[in-house]
Amino acid sequence: MAEGGGAHSPLEQFEIKGLFPARDHGEIGTLDFTNSSLMMVATLVLISAFLILGMRRGALVPGRMQSLAELSYEFIAGLISDTVGAEGRRYFPIVFTLFMFVLVGNLLGMVPYSFTFTSHIIVTFALAMLVFTGVTILAIAKHGMHFFSFFVPPGAPVAMWPLLIPIEVISYLSRPISLSVRLFANMLAGHTLLKVIAGFIGLLGVFGILPFALVVALTGLEILIAFLQAYVFAILTCLYINDALHLH
Amino acid sequence: MQDDSPPPSLEKLDEDLRAAQAKRRNVKPDPGERGKGLAFAMRIGVEIVAALIVGVAIGYFLDRWLGTKPWFLLLFFVLGSAAGFMNVFRVVGGLGGQVGYRGKSETAGSEKGQEPASRQDPANRQDKDG
Repeated sequence: MAEGGGAHSPLEQFEIKGLFPARDHGEIGTLDFTNSSLMMVATLVLISAFLILGMRRGALVPGRMQSLAELSYEFIAGLISDTVGAEGRRYFPIVFTLFMFVLVGNLLGMVPYSFTFTSHIIVTFALAMLVFTGVTILAIAKHGMHFFSFFVPPGAPVAMWPLLIPIEVISYLSRPISLSVRLFANMLAGHTLLKVIAGFIGLLGVFGILPFALVVALTGLEILIAFLQAYVFAILTCLYINDALHLH
Repeated sequence: MQDDSPPPSLEKLDEDLRAAQAKRRNVKPDPGERGKGLAFAMRIGVEIVAALIVGVAIGYFLDRWLGTKPWFLLLFFVLGSAAGFMNVFRVVGGLGGQVGYRGKSETAGSEKGQEPASRQDPANRQDKDG
């Protein structure tokens, strides 16, 4: 990632390539196993290894790995009990899965020469739609037709309804967009910026030390953002679950 | 030891305790708090854009479907931006359940204590909703 100048485009890192170009069409087909798929599989393997190996001993006094596993568990458990409350515990698995998937995906993307699958809108949008449809189904299953009262702001005069209901519906429909665009844009922008500034290192010769220092700082910032975005994704999922359970 | 501890115990202990708590409050959540602030800030910009995208998309496709070229687009552009502003307003103010969120630490104790009670009371809520 922090590879010096050259003719590389800063956007080259986001290119999706089929890993097994066995077929003759030369472009990526629907079922091709791409670098993006590889990183997702790697993410899942890493998370599973992290949690299974971490909790293998299940010691009362946790070791390093176990502490980390327990820390991540407790972080999400605390997040859910803060935002949703006791009833939210049931949805722990999905929130934890999403959080870990996004987090490890973001962090794996920070490894030089790897690929950040969260920098693709289709991936983040699929995750966001999963949350959105799941939450909507949950709300309708729990409240039935009463769910649609969600779109009427409490206390609004009836005369304002024709204006307010479309706004509320748009606001509701904008959830998956904001959820996915936020993650995707942050990862895309951050990695592009890193690459662009890294490109200056080679071009500036001795003064390349300046962009180099900047890249070091930005790498730290990117790791912070990797955590933050996973956190934001998880917290918004919790909020949406909370809304679905309690409506207004 | 014997002289020291009993007389100042209440006032001094209280003071010490408060100082320690204040210190802990100041020191401990600092990185987390800053992270939370950043996370909070990041949410805001996207909210407007997302609502605008949805509004414009609805307007555009309604126009294409009904053949009323600019009108629905214009209408839903305005509605979308209103929804965007409302999203931001909710995030910032922590108002309403919809997009807003206030962390446990940010809500006042009494408010926090009162909120879940009203939430868990179904009769109360249905009144408000209905």
